[in-house]
Amino acid sequence: MSRFQTYLQQQTNAAPLAVFRIGFGLMMCYGMIRFWANGWIESLYLEPKFHFSYYGFEWVKPVGNYTYLIFIICGLSAFFVALGLKYRLAIITFFLSFTYIELMDKTTYLNHYYFISILSFLMIFLPANATFSVDNLWRKRRYEAIPKWTINAIQLLLGIVYFYAGLAKLNSDWLFKAQPLKIWLPSKFDLPIIGETLMQQDWFHYAMSWSGMLYDLCIPFLLLYKRTRMFAFALVVFFHVFTRVLFPIGMFPFVMIVGTLIFFDAGFHQKIIAFIKKAINRVIKIKTETIQTISNYNFSNKTVVIPIVVTFFAIQILFPFRYLLYPGELFWTEEGYRFSWRVMLMEKAGISTFKIVDAETENFFYVKNRDFLTEFQEKQMSFQPDFILEYAHYLGDHFTSQGHKNVQVFVESYVALNGRLSKPYIDTTVDLYQQKESFKHKHWILPFKDDDIKGF
Amino acid sequence: MKKFFTVVLAALFVAACSSSDDSTDTNEGGNGTAFDRAAMLSNVADNIIIPSYEALNTELEALVTAKNNFNAIPNQTNLEALRTAWLTAYKAWQHVEAFNIGLAEQTLYYFQMNTYPVNTTDVENNVSSGSYDLTHPNNNDAVGFPALDYMLYGLDLSDTAIIAKYDTNADSSKYKTYLSDLVNQMKTLTQSVLSDWTTTYRDTFVARTANTATSATNKFVNDFIFYYEKGLRANKIGIPAGNFSSTSLPDRVEAFYNKEVSRELALEGLQAVQNIFNGTHFGGSSNGESFRTYLISLDRSDLATQIINQFNTARGKIQELNTNFVTQINTDNTKMTEAYDALQAAVVLLKVDMLQAFNINVDFVDADGD
Repeated sequence: MSRFQTYLQQQTNAAPLAVFRIGFGLMMCYGMIRFWANGWIESLYLEPKFHFSYYGFEWVKPVGNYTYLIFIICGLSAFFVALGLKYRLAIITFFLSFTYIELMDKTTYLNHYYFISILSFLMIFLPANATFSVDNLWRKRRYEAIPKWTINAIQLLLGIVYFYAGLAKLNSDWLFKAQPLKIWLPSKFDLPIIGETLMQQDWFHYAMSWSGMLYDLCIPFLLLYKRTRMFAFALVVFFHVFTRVLFPIGMFPFVMIVGTLIFFDAGFHQKIIAFIKKAINRVIKIKTETIQTISNYNFSNKTVVIPIVVTFFAIQILFPFRYLLYPGELFWTEEGYRFSWRVMLMEKAGISTFKIVDAETENFFYVKNRDFLTEFQEKQMSFQPDFILEYAHYLGDHFTSQGHKNVQVFVESYVALNGRLSKPYIDTTVDLYQQKESFKHKHWILPFKDDDIKGF
Repeated sequence: MKKFFTVVLAALFVAACSSSDDSTDTNEGGNGTAFDRAAMLSNVADNIIIPSYEALNTELEALVTAKNNFNAIPNQTNLEALRTAWLTAYKAWQHVEAFNIGLAEQTLYYFQMNTYPVNTTDVENNVSSGSYDLTHPNNNDAVGFPALDYMLYGLDLSDTAIIAKYDTNADSSKYKTYLSDLVNQMKTLTQSVLSDWTTTYRDTFVARTANTATSATNKFVNDFIFYYEKGLRANKIGIPAGNFSSTSLPDRVEAFYNKEVSRELALEGLQAVQNIFNGTHFGGSSNGESFRTYLISLDRSDLATQIINQFNTARGKIQELNTNFVTQINTDNTKMTEAYDALQAAVVLLKVDMLQAFNINVDFVDADGD
């Protein structure tokens, strides 16, 4: 315990965290503008009649045209974070508004959105405005050093993301069938030079699978270790740029590239700050003489912050393993799949056709999903049991309110996973309208059967 | 471990940056080289799409002639000749309905040729008013083959009474004009779509092999599946059988007024689907590059076989039905829904498995992935 206490006392230069704050804030601000400019606020949040909610967060919904306001607040707060202006308030606002946006509809769930949410939560407790921030100017003080654990915390979170993503790749589909890359890569035949050649090669699919797995598992350690750091960073850049070329993954690669700079020495970050300072001074002169420099930043509320951060990481480390509590094949049932850094592991698709039955007369009809869902929602709904259940209830309520009697909702669902032939997915004899959402196993998911996927 | 890792990635890097030219002989089980999508597109264009349009165009020419003969002398013989020409053309139509691409898509050709059920009120209003824009979307259900179905079989109960509408009826000239305008319009539309294919669009189509939302390949695949799901499965079988409504809707069958050909047309449509999937040349039996060979090149001959088998199962189920679907629905609708289920089983294989194998999105979802 005393070693832990000593560790908490250790101080380090505040520059890396400041650079991280600026990079994070600017990218998030740009991310919000990009989201808006692409028309995604309309197509993902305003046009759908119905939204898929996370269990327990059904009350989080788009709020009509005020949804734009949430994005404005989110983008502005990100910009304030970058400036380090009212940092604590700004990062709390960012965390709340960004998380609210993500909770509005789980159709858009992406691991990297989840990463942004928890990272911004962590940043609430870090003194990222200790140096090179607008807060320094009006508070008339800046801090030379901050507790070392604050920088380590971000490194640890990045390390968890990579390492767990690597662990998740230790499965028989990824390693011994090169799935799903075997499906994805050949379809990139349009790429110059490598499209018609490498992308079509069997060995290349395996090489990509294995090197991707090794990359994810090793990169946190290679970044930590000074002698391999430059090499590791070169890998980070190559890997993320390459995946950006191959897949539509938006800003995530850039977030990770900028994020991993946190592993570099303070000297490097001081140079970046000096460079930005010079650039600013060319435009306006800012008086910094009156700012008092304090050597060490001290948490006034350490007794609260440290337990929160420790609990946060304990959850981060354990949460991805919650799938072990469920029976059945994880990739098939997806129970415990999200929030676990399982990135790009599956090519999964399905068709789910809903049947509305009058329990008494046994008359039935099929539902046209496009009457209720957008194309994107229908696609996501078709192979995820929690979506199927929520939608079944929505349909049940809808047709009951339309005057249909004794409504039962059944689904005929077929799902194909990683190039296997499609198979029946949901028990067609179970009236989903009578099933309740919970964290318990959904017994009406048909078993995956035949060939198991071994591994994490 | 680290060294190994370094070596693997360094090798990968070098491999990725050099223009590898060893793609010729590492071919195992059809794998290793990219499938020639241009060859598939040209087979489809040259041996299926264009000949199908040519056949339809020829049949419509014959329909124009038969219509002219009938309008000149409206009698039983000419009516029967006109009806035969209509049916022959309608069957030829089944072979082009899946190709809602290019000019056909731009001009909403498909909606002007086979939107049913026909709205008889609109037809009668058009006839009596004598002023109409046949291309207007409001008239989509008052034109094309379904409108002719009504004009040739549904105007009255007996043939004599129908002929009288064109002969002795006070409005006979108006009926003649509308009949003539309908047929001529179908001919004109088809001629322009065909010309577009033979002059410019063929090359555009074949060249656009990319894997993007707007490329010809992806659109063609999506259109094919859309036709199978909507034009064939839902329109011809599912909707009349009541799969999407609380009760069956027998008046929604294709060629409702003719009564006797709904099965024939459905089988023709399924044949068109099978020919496209197998790349079977129009009017022949030889197969070229197609979805089937594409799947085989991706090591998914298991899937190709399943799809072919499922089409045949569905064909068997449709053949068990009465030639007149209205009769079938009213006597034993279970057989209709069984046929629907057999067709639906192939939707799963096409839309889930085949699209997954091709890695093509069901149309375009514009959002980030992770």
